[in-house]
Amino acid sequence: MTGKILDILYNNSKVTEEDIAVMLGMDIEDVHNEIKAMEEERIICGYTTMINWDKVDAEKVSAIIEVKVSPQRGRGFDSIAERIYRFDEVESVTLMSGGYDLCVTLYGTSIKEIATFVHEKLAPLESVVSTSTHFVLKKYKEHGIVLVDEKKTGERMKITP
Amino acid sequence: MRDPLSKVIRDIPPSGIRKFFDIVSEMEDAISLGVGEPDFDTPWHIREEGIYSLEQGRTFYTSNAGLKELKQEVCRYLKRSQNVKYDAEEVVITVGGSEAIDIALRAMLDPGDEVLIPQPSYVSYEPCTILAGGTPVIIELKEENEFRLTKEELLSKITDKTKILILPFPNNPTGAIMEEKDLKEIAEVIIEKDLFVLSDEIYAELTYSGKHVSIVSIPGMKERTVLINGFSKAYAMTGWRLGYAVAPRAILDQMLKIHQFAIMCAPTTSQYAAVEALKYGDPDVKKMREAYDKRRRFLLNELRSMGIDCFTPYGAFYVFPNIKKFGMSSDEFAERLLREKKVAVVPGTAFGACGEGFLRISYAYSIDDLRVALGRIREFIESL
Repeated sequence: MTGKILDILYNNSKVTEEDIAVMLGMDIEDVHNEIKAMEEERIICGYTTMINWDKVDAEKVSAIIEVKVSPQRGRGFDSIAERIYRFDEVESVTLMSGGYDLCVTLYGTSIKEIATFVHEKLAPLESVVSTSTHFVLKKYKEHGIVLVDEKKTGERMKITP
Repeated sequence: MRDPLSKVIRDIPPSGIRKFFDIVSEMEDAISLGVGEPDFDTPWHIREEGIYSLEQGRTFYTSNAGLKELKQEVCRYLKRSQNVKYDAEEVVITVGGSEAIDIALRAMLDPGDEVLIPQPSYVSYEPCTILAGGTPVIIELKEENEFRLTKEELLSKITDKTKILILPFPNNPTGAIMEEKDLKEIAEVIIEKDLFVLSDEIYAELTYSGKHVSIVSIPGMKERTVLINGFSKAYAMTGWRLGYAVAPRAILDQMLKIHQFAIMCAPTTSQYAAVEALKYGDPDVKKMREAYDKRRRFLLNELRSMGIDCFTPYGAFYVFPNIKKFGMSSDEFAERLLREKKVAVVPGTAFGACGEGFLRISYAYSIDDLRVALGRIREFIESL
């Protein structure tokens, strides 16, 4: 059942425990306990809100930075990854296969802010070999949800047999 | 001028759903729980395959019975879902399940032949029987049997003119299913009385208590069954108008004759998309089934919490609550609910006289939509 609870919360973290219980045919207490256990185990790490920043009148810039690093003996990539993810402005850090090692995403209030972060904080790190910064121009879909306004033309008839 | 109309067609009453459709169409802000088709869009990879087939210029007729590749995929599907082996020559691809119902009845009926139609059920069996020259004989299913067809009910309606039993499970409008044990009892009677079955399994993929069992999987039944299914419900492809019938060659060849003269072939684009659906669409079906199942539980729970009795349906995407205790006919209840609270549901009587006292509520809607509509239904019940 934990998988099914996660499916529901993944799609909408605002669904109440009561509704989850009804939808899955479970006791509300069991749902409550399973969610609590998953929170404690850090299977559920948090609840957030999906925001389409393009529609908000606030200066927001995001960038994806490809980072090549030289792994450290005995520590692999973990220690350099930690050096990077501890910065508040870093939104995510992922170890990648392929042409580069770490994929870092950043939110900033201006291009300048991101640029400063890259050349003053990120690039000078000892194990960082090179960086390549890509600014996000437009976000179409995130977390399985389409962000751009879609015209929905196909409408069902109100009553059909 | 002479009367241009056939007496047969004039005597067939229009669909009972029509009246509600007309009222709802006039109301701009009505919320409907009256729809008999999925709310999901056709999965993108299936649509994309349809687009690709157009780009490739596949805009010609296919062979009458349908694309060979699609017929083979249908056989593979029946093998993996029912473990029943069919040959591609035993498949005809039709314009929705509806055409399959029509041509099966026309291929099998002579004037005077009786067709047993369990009701409440889909609106087309009775008129299609009449149009094919047969005589409909209604079997009234009962709530206390969870709207399953019992052996006794079947036996009580069989005469020496009976030829076909229509088996509409999982059922629209009740949501009832027939389990293997139920089907075995029916099969016994069918074989003993030398009858045929038209099994409309369009909702086969939408069952919520284990896998759907087809009557063709019961020994001795494949030989006397026309199995009908399609892509509308499982893959959310209603507008593509694509279904199929599977039957023994002797029956299928004659059905094919009608299909050939009346239809030519099912839409080509839809057929290419359907190949993709059968090959790679299983995960989509699972996802949609799980979503329906959550809504089903949600809807049942809400209805019961407002004091509306409802048996637990395990198939399709409808619940069929009993509203007898409110002292109104189905029609009255549905019309008042629509006019006073602007929620459209379909009266049970649209699916046969024995649907009196019941409503069909569809859960082919998001939980959020259901919640709003149910809030209004609750207000309506409290106002009574």
